[in-house]
This record gives sequence, structure tokens and C-alpha cells, in this order.
Amino acid sequence: MKYINIDKKNWANGLKNLYENYRLFGPVKNNKNHVFKKLSKGELPDLNYLNTLLSPKSIVFPQSETMFEYSLDESKEDHHILKEIDKDYSPRALIGIRPCDAVSFKLVKRNFDTPEYKDPYWLSAYESTIFAGLACSNPCSTCFCTSAGCGPFHEDGLDLLLVDEGEYFIAKILTSRGETFIKSAGWETEADPIAAEKTIKNMKIKAEEKIASFVSTDQLKNKSAIDLYAAPFWEEIAFACINCGTCTYGCPTCWCFDIQDEISKSSGIRMRNWDSCMYPLFTLHGTGYNPRNAKVQRVRQRFMHKLKYYADKYGDGIQCVGCGRCIRLCPVNIDIRKVCDIMNNYES
Amino acid sequence: MPEYTAKIKGISARLLKEEKVEIVIGFRKGTIPMMNEPCFVKTPEDVKELVWDSNCGINLANYLTNRKEKIGIIAKGCDSRNIVTHIIENKIKREQLFIIGVPCKGMVDKNKITSMFENEINEVSEVEENIIVKGEGFEKTLNKNDVLQENCKICIHRNPVLYDELAADLLDEQKNIDRYEDVRKIEAMATEDKWKYFKDLLSPCIRCYACRNACPLCYCPTCFVDESRPQWVGKSLDTTDTRTFHFLRAYHCAGRCTDCGACERACPMGIKVRTFTKKLEKDCLELYGWEAGLSLDERPPLDTYRPDDPEGFIK
Repeated sequence: MKYINIDKKNWANGLKNLYENYRLFGPVKNNKNHVFKKLSKGELPDLNYLNTLLSPKSIVFPQSETMFEYSLDESKEDHHILKEIDKDYSPRALIGIRPCDAVSFKLVKRNFDTPEYKDPYWLSAYESTIFAGLACSNPCSTCFCTSAGCGPFHEDGLDLLLVDEGEYFIAKILTSRGETFIKSAGWETEADPIAAEKTIKNMKIKAEEKIASFVSTDQLKNKSAIDLYAAPFWEEIAFACINCGTCTYGCPTCWCFDIQDEISKSSGIRMRNWDSCMYPLFTLHGTGYNPRNAKVQRVRQRFMHKLKYYADKYGDGIQCVGCGRCIRLCPVNIDIRKVCDIMNNYES
Repeated sequence: MPEYTAKIKGISARLLKEEKVEIVIGFRKGTIPMMNEPCFVKTPEDVKELVWDSNCGINLANYLTNRKEKIGIIAKGCDSRNIVTHIIENKIKREQLFIIGVPCKGMVDKNKITSMFENEINEVSEVEENIIVKGEGFEKTLNKNDVLQENCKICIHRNPVLYDELAADLLDEQKNIDRYEDVRKIEAMATEDKWKYFKDLLSPCIRCYACRNACPLCYCPTCFVDESRPQWVGKSLDTTDTRTFHFLRAYHCAGRCTDCGACERACPMGIKVRTFTKKLEKDCLELYGWEAGLSLDERPPLDTYRPDDPEGFIK
């Protein structure tokens, strides 16, 4: 494994070099909160942050994404034919993404990259992106990543991991793409791998010790989905829910979308927009029948999908990385940690 | 506020024991600072869960819509006004309700408090008028009046307007409050400036509809933005569609909004959505001398006709 020391004095210059070869995205403070955005030339990401208000999933999976355009003008030869929209899939990098958010892309990939179906938009955007992670030395009180399959120094899903050592960053190179990226920045000071790994390990232990909140998931696999589905606790869990989409829009692993056509005069576009299982329209059938007509059904679906159906289908843990955004953002304090524990401990 | 909580628990336990109500709707202590969770209790034993403090900003009238059972509900001033509105609009019957009125000293603005500190807040407690904020390496005592929600600061109906029993003595209402200073500032803007102001105001909107869904007035079986046959409003982040949603929603609330602030409190992006509803509230007051939710005996101005209705705004 290769480690590079990046003196913070060379940080801005390296980014300037990177700007020539990559479109750079990073966290910046917008009003009171941090958000991921495309950095303009010379703009530096603000890496002194806990985590962004919303997850960076929109960088790869925009909230609204136009896929096709078409004309309804029958005097045109190509009328009523869907035409691909030109998109920029040139190389880009997400700088300073937290390990929990990075691993979320791998969870989401299971939906967009299957043996049967490959989502060209998501995959092209994903494959054009370098994930330059930033290890988390100060996790939030709502972070429960270590019991949700990752952690503050987790490396899965990253091309490189930056570790803030005060005067400098240690960059742990995890993939060849990460190596190319670092080279392109001109950061060349190799660190002694043994010492660097030791430093990182110590910092990792300290960070993990700071994680104060956990979920228990060990029993979920053994529970019957039908028993959990029919459990009596859903009414109480769902009561406060107002069925807004905040939890799903803030979540790095929620992947549902809805396809819409919008037509203006004789030209139209076909787009997809984030959808949310919290919305009544989400499962409304063409017949007018809605299998999830009641709030309690929708709330149950959200938690069952994340904590049971996903876990059963892929056999690789829950569809949650423990970032805690849904807990922080929920207007009525519905807490996935509590729900997860109720489900995990439920005896029918 | 421990005395409020004790009284609420006592009344609720009695109501449930005497079977005067089937459930009591209130708040339980939240899992993170400055958040409580709306909840229900069905047995006298469970009332121990109930809590009252300065983090009960969600409007509980929202949880009454179309319920059928006998309900005990904890209501601060604004909640009680929305209960009145709910009764007038046939969303609940007065006879179904036992209203436990809470004279309200205001709710704290969690966004404001959060933005006052660089580090994460781990604990917030309150002792009378002091809010004690703790985090890693800091502890600070704030005066509650300095960190109230904007709507609470200018509230002139802190006492419930309709109740069956009180959880505390009635309070003196705030006097000489200028409720519309901010609205007048916007009214005075040139058209282009006003447009830019609204554009900037709404630019962070992600259309999660938390504002709409936290609002007790928004109970339409299908909201106009969700209507799909035919579809009226686009579903992307197109600015025209987003503005259409906010503007129309505000108009739907004209003469009904009690400025409870639930919308603003619920917004994950921190948008001051009350900006719209307040202008309409001001108009209703100036044109019709109307404040929503104060009386069960009077119809709201926009669902009734009077020969002397003002019509100067019809052009």
C-alpha cells in the first residue's frame, strides 16, 4: 500500500493541478450548512466539517436528471423519437467525501448495476468519479457507522483516503485510479508505509471510540419477514411520521426514482426525479388502487426495505451506512436506531 | 417545565382511567437535542412517557385529521387555534376532543441555537428561562427569549383559545407586538427586488414537502402537486414548479394559517417559508379584521360572502 504525505502548503497548488484534468466537487459552506458542489477554479473545499446536510448521492444520481429529448412536430423527420441528451462524463473527483457516504455508492450500485439491467446514467457518472475520502476524526453523536457495516476510517468504496494530520494529510492510495489522481496533483512525497499505517491505525481507534451510538442488527436475518411485517409496533413507530420525503432525500442509500415526461409546445423531455416511498403517489396503480394507501404501510416499507428486505436479498448487511442524516433531519424525530433495535429484538 | 409535564401526565392518566378518552396525543422526549416526538398514549401507565418543554413546536392538530375516537390532546395556543380551524372545517368534532390546554411560553429555534456553535451540540436542557447548551468542550447558558422561534417571538395568542382543562395558569399575552415588520419590508421592495428575494428564498428547496406535511391545514386527500390525472405541476426542481408549489400552498392557507411555525420548523433546508403565509395573514387581518382559529362561531372570511366584503383588490 502506498502512502503520500501532502503538506497543506501544497494543497491548493495540487488542487490547481487537478483542476486541469478533473472536474472537482467538494464540501463548501453554503449559508449555515455544508453542501457538496462543483468547485470553481481556485475554490477550495472546506474540509473542516462534520458532514454535509444532504448526502452527496446527487453528484452521481441527480435529484432531477433529463435522459431524452424529443419533438412532437410532425413536420420534422425525427419527430416522436427519443434522443439521448449529451452529458459530461469526463473524469471528476469528489474530494472530502466521508467514508460512510463513499460506501453508500457501493450499496446503491447493487440497484443500478445488475446482471440483467445496467443503468447507463448512474453507471457512467459513477465510473467517471474518483472518490477521494476524508477520514472522520470527529464523528457526530448521531453517527452509528461502526454498527452499520462501515466506520469513520472505512476504505471500501474509496480510491484514496485522506487523513488529516494537522500540518499535512496522509493520503492512503487504495486503487490505481487513486494513484493516477494523486500523481496528477503533483503530490509526490511518499510516506514510510509502516509509520503512516501506524498513525492511521491509532487515529482510527480513537475515532471509533468516539462513536457513541449503535444499532443491533444481528437478529434481523433470522426474523421472518412476515412476522416483522405483521408486528404490532408499526402503528406506534409511524404515528409521528408526517410522510414528507426528508429522510429519503437526505439518505445516501435511497435510490428510488420516478420517470416523467414534460412537454412544452412541440418539444418534450423525459426525465427522472427522486421519488420517495413516503409519498402516497409512490405506489399508486394506474387503476387507482394503492397497495400502500396508509401512512403506517409506507413507514413500514421504508424500514423493512432498509433493514430486512435488502439484508435478505443481498446477504451483506443493511441498506444503511449509519450517517445519521435521517435522524438529524426528521421534523418529528423518528429515529432509525430505535426502529432497528425494535425490529432486531422483536419476538412474535 | 417539570410542573407542566407533571400536570399533563396527571390529567392524561385521569382521562384514560375514567375512559373519557381512548388516546391522548402529546409529546415524548426526543432522541436528539431540541427534538421531541409526537406520540400517543392509550393507558394510564403509559402517560409517564409524556413530556412538555420548549421543544414541542410541532403542531399536534395535524394528528387529529379524520380520527374517529375520543381523543385527549395537548394544545398550546397555536395548536388550539388549529383545532378550532379543524372543527370549523369538519376534520374533527368538538365532542370527540378533550383539550388539555397549555399556556405556552414559546418554543426554541433549534436551527438558530445550532448555528450559534461551531461544534456539535450534545445536550440541551432548560431551567425556567435559561437554556443550557452543552457540547464537547463548551457549555453555555442562553436566555430563552433570545432563541425563540420567530413566530413565538411575535405570538399574541400564547394561551389556548379552546380547552377543557389547563395544564398551567393562563399567561399574560404579549402586548404591543409588531407582527408584520418583515412583511412590510418585503412589500416596500421594488418588483425586481421582491422577485429576487423570493427566488433566493426558495432556491434551497428540495421539494420534500416537509413544510406542507407538518401543516395542519394541508390535509387535502391529494395535494395539487401530487395530482397525476391530469398533472398540474412538474415534479423536478424546475424553479417555476417549485415556486408554484410554495405560492399556491400559501394561498390555500390564507385566512386559515395561525402562524404556528410548524412549516418552518420542519424544513430541513432552513427556508423561511412563513414569509408567504404571513403576508396573507396580514392581508386577512387588514381586509377582514380576521385572525384564524379564534372562534367556533364565525366562518372564515374566504369561505363566506358578505355584501360589505372589501373588493378594492379586485382589478
